Amino acid sequence: MSVIGKYFIFLGTLLGKGEKLAVYWRRLMEECVGIGVSSVFIVAIVSTFIGAVSCIQTAYNLVSPIIPVSTVALIVRDMEILELAPTITCIVLAGKVGSNIASELGTMRITEQIDALEVMGINSASYLVLPKVVAAMITFPMLVIFSAFLGIFGGYLAGTLTGVITERDYLYGIRDSFVPYNIFFMCVKPFVFGFLIATISSFKGFFTEGGALEVGRSSTDAVTNSCISILIADYLLAQLLL
Amino acid sequence: MIEVDNIVKAFNGKEVLKGISSAFQKGETNLIIGGSGTGKSVLLKCMIGLVKPDQGRVLYNGRDFYNSDRETQQSIRREMGVLFQGGALFDSKTVEENVRFPLDMLTDQSVEEKQERVAFCLQRVGLEAAAKRMPSEISGGMKKRVGIARAIVMNPMYLFCDEPNSGLDPLTSVKIDELIKEITEEYQITTIIITHDMNSVMEIGQNIIFLYQGNKLWEGLNTDIIKTDVPELKEFLFSNKLLREMEK
Repeated sequence: MSVIGKYFIFLGTLLGKGEKLAVYWRRLMEECVGIGVSSVFIVAIVSTFIGAVSCIQTAYNLVSPIIPVSTVALIVRDMEILELAPTITCIVLAGKVGSNIASELGTMRITEQIDALEVMGINSASYLVLPKVVAAMITFPMLVIFSAFLGIFGGYLAGTLTGVITERDYLYGIRDSFVPYNIFFMCVKPFVFGFLIATISSFKGFFTEGGALEVGRSSTDAVTNSCISILIADYLLAQLLL
Repeated sequence: MIEVDNIVKAFNGKEVLKGISSAFQKGETNLIIGGSGTGKSVLLKCMIGLVKPDQGRVLYNGRDFYNSDRETQQSIRREMGVLFQGGALFDSKTVEENVRFPLDMLTDQSVEEKQERVAFCLQRVGLEAAAKRMPSEISGGMKKRVGIARAIVMNPMYLFCDEPNSGLDPLTSVKIDELIKEITEEYQITTIIITHDMNSVMEIGQNIIFLYQGNKLWEGLNTDIIKTDVPELKEFLFSNKLLREMEK
């Protein structure tokens, strides 16, 4: 309980007296590149293959003559939009971005860089962490939209190249019974997950004590705790919004 | 002038500082010496506001740091320069950006003014040529000098150095010591140095405090330290063979 309390106090310090707006803007842009742009490649690879595998496995399980083949595309689309793109992408990002944030802040802590900021009278939590949190909340939804697109495209490639579904059926399927609200739901998830990953990882890194071993431990804890929080939040959001 | 008055600090019930009091004068290099684990760094952290003491006061020209409002604390912090043990340079910034960082964050100076000040500070520590290099590309001694440049860039009234000679060869150590002493006298700064380097004690220590197991056992001038009859201080001072032979 004390850790949870410390986490909420830490969140409070992020919104404490900060620095000049121009400083935050520059830091935000740096973090958007570090967190968002540098994750494009891994998100692209994971999403395309997950979409491809989803298509093949769905087609393998839907062998009834009374179910139209286009249903495969419909299922791939809904799986991608509702779950795979937001949740799996964010779990991948928890591994990449979360460990990066925790190890960066942990190293700054043990090498006294955070102390140096505090001695200067700078709100170190706000200066270092707030831009990361905002950047994650901005870039994660963008990455998830990109991921959903690539996942559906991966399904199209795998389906048409292996012959389990025709191009016509696939294109029909992904437009069939489309619910626009699902797109909103897809975008809310990474917004929340981005906040959780960035704050939990920052919290773990910011309060690292010791040396290199503890930085590694903070990094592992950051990924583990972020993944658990994503799964809990995923369930809660599904209950609340669907 | 900095005064510490009855500073007490304990971690997990273990008292690390047991009522330390002293005064550090302007324009002097004040040394806090002692073996490892005697509370030197904790005392320094209490003075610069990184660790809040359980008891006692830290006064900066009469202003009580821990009993001041946030604004006063911030203004005192901006009068401090701190050289950390490892330099604490920001890895992602160049030497020049590291030195300019306090100016970017805490002042509204123009770009030209900041550049001029950074160039002056780098020239003062002899690192003009390394301005564009990253911290990972420079030596330990250079990192300390960049740390000093960053510490003095805001024209501090108080300079704190945590083991400025650790990890340096004897020649570089002497250069760093001389630089700190010159800066202290030139700008009339109140300088406090944590060290267990005997060369620093003899060369630049004007006022010296010896800590032992969280207590202040001795305080005086470097000219008097050799004549001490405090056994713990004698053991500390003459721990190396050469000095033992000199004592004889």
